[in-house]
Amino acid sequence: MAVLVDKNTRLLVQGITGKAGAFHAKSCMDYGTNVVAGVTPGRDGETFEGKVPVFDTSSEARKATGCNATMIFVPPPFAADAIMEAVDAGIELVICITEGIPVMDMMRVKTFMKGKSSRLIGPNCPGIITPGACKIGIMPGYIHKPGKVGIVSRSGTLTYEAVWQLSSRGIGQSTCIGIGGDPINGTSQTDAIKLFNEDPETEAMIMIGEIGGTAEEEAAAYIKQYVKKPVAAFIAGATAPPGRRMGHAGAIVSGGKGTAAAKIEALLDAGIAVAHTPADMGSTLAKLLK
Amino acid sequence: MNIHEYQAKELMEKYGVATPKGKVAETPEQAEAIAKEIGGSNLVIKAQIHAGGRGKGTFTSGFKGGVHLCDTPAKIKDFASKMLGQTLVTHQTGPEGRLVNKLLIAESTSIEKELYFAIVMDRTSQSPVIIASTEGGVDIEAVSEKTPEKITHEIVDPALGLQPFQALKIAKSLGLKGDLTKQAVKLFQNLFTMFLKTDCSLLEINPLVITKENKVLALDAKFNFDDNALYRHPEIVAYRDTAEEDPREVEASKFSLNYIGLDGNIACMVNGAGLAMATMDIIQYAGGKPANFLDVGGGASEEQVTEAFKILASDKNVKAILVNIFGGIMKCDIIAQGVINAAKIVKLEVPLIVRLEGTNVEAGKKLLKESGMAIISADDLADAAKKAVAAATGK
Repeated sequence: MAVLVDKNTRLLVQGITGKAGAFHAKSCMDYGTNVVAGVTPGRDGETFEGKVPVFDTSSEARKATGCNATMIFVPPPFAADAIMEAVDAGIELVICITEGIPVMDMMRVKTFMKGKSSRLIGPNCPGIITPGACKIGIMPGYIHKPGKVGIVSRSGTLTYEAVWQLSSRGIGQSTCIGIGGDPINGTSQTDAIKLFNEDPETEAMIMIGEIGGTAEEEAAAYIKQYVKKPVAAFIAGATAPPGRRMGHAGAIVSGGKGTAAAKIEALLDAGIAVAHTPADMGSTLAKLLK
Repeated sequence: MNIHEYQAKELMEKYGVATPKGKVAETPEQAEAIAKEIGGSNLVIKAQIHAGGRGKGTFTSGFKGGVHLCDTPAKIKDFASKMLGQTLVTHQTGPEGRLVNKLLIAESTSIEKELYFAIVMDRTSQSPVIIASTEGGVDIEAVSEKTPEKITHEIVDPALGLQPFQALKIAKSLGLKGDLTKQAVKLFQNLFTMFLKTDCSLLEINPLVITKENKVLALDAKFNFDDNALYRHPEIVAYRDTAEEDPREVEASKFSLNYIGLDGNIACMVNGAGLAMATMDIIQYAGGKPANFLDVGGGASEEQVTEAFKILASDKNVKAILVNIFGGIMKCDIIAQGVINAAKIVKLEVPLIVRLEGTNVEAGKKLLKESGMAIISADDLADAAKKAVAAATGK
């Protein structure tokens, strides 16, 4: 059953006629995801891949198809608006893949979302996958394997790395959630850990963090208090020079806060098994399962 | 992106933020004219480079100090002639120093009290937060550690903006009274407007000063801008001074590559910021040092990959190149083709270690194999790091 997405997910793709949107919408369909609609303003009435209807707006798509999740591939200057449009349409799960949205725009989105029931994943994220059931995002589907380990991560490619290490060992995943590398995002590490903790299908978790912010410290505090399931973790950026933006706007150490050392200390204090290198994420979790 | 002191001053003036009188000069004659225009005998001349420690720096000509107090326009002209076109070395520039092309000539203020004011994007509240302190002109991190009670925080709703009562509350926390309070409230509101309108991620006024003449002025300012929002601020992009940046980074930015130069000898090309950081980590764990951070991103074209590879291969410090790709959006065959193209243009003189996984991995591996290039292939991340370190050290 996993978390958030499964066989019953009816997916809308915003930006479906764009180059990246089209490529990944197709790859999600190939994986078995039920893509029911697409949105590109001005392209109402067209069909994608000969079967998916395209609409001008998210609310039209929602009314016509009952879509309950959306994957956003809209370019950065228009992505914040696309998120708000989807939330306004009442779509339950909004997954924003777009990288490079201005922070001020995301603050407006967060203000707009207050009191509304939609959940946002991302932006600047790979998406979410429940292996064997539903893939929403840009992750390579074939590396995944259905199973019992939940993964939450701020980094896309590091998530693939963790998944690959698990799958190669025969360990499957319940759901993998990429929450994205931006300083202001929707679902947090703690939110994802809560979902996995409450999911009977998930028996263990991997949390992948990065330097910057305090999301991992907050998740560690939650895990210490509420989580009995085994948790492994990795923090990227231990050797990054302070004050420089390492690609992810969220991954910046300033004023001695958000260092890898501080995060690792909080994780260890919460009884979490910390992988020393990114090559050890799978083996660290495997040891916990024994 | 960083900007010069005089540019920060221009921006603040545009938003009605009170700063000391002053202008930028590119010749000794201009410097003299500006000094005359400002008038009086309290003048200061400052070398415009991005690095700190200017006052204590030394020019390669032997002339000491990148900041000088002067009392006449003639002296300003004399100092200007000794500073312009010269290279200033400070503790932040490294031994090669920075060429001084511009000088800020300003009125030197008589300071009664130094305060601190900053606006930062706070991740916890997901809003801008104002930080103010009675302890200005010093390192705020130290104040926050030793005397946290001297720091005030005020969260501002970005949709509502800085309300007058909030600005007043901050002014009172700084111990201001009477007309000074009014001046400060106006200054804070203007700074906040500027923060929002220019997509700042950090705005720091240190010190904010009260002058002996009872004026509240922003004396020194530091701004960071959200790179993601620069597309809508051509006026700020125009402030960019590439002479102040790492030439490797300047080249990379021409092709929208996410590159940061470092001082090690193993170059890396990775997709994804997290994996790129983790690759740097594992290189160090294996006993090596990364020469750079490079995230070619998800949507990179073959041309971008080619340019990225050219930058890595032409770095003289580099002893090995590690390509680590886990394709998601990025397709392995695009990376492979970019590497092959680049290798045709730049002669590759160092070992190349490649680890490919993910989308179109078979096509990528096939391309590399058929290219006939000498490639050390790696099975996984640990293996790749180990092989890169061994190759760089000639083992």
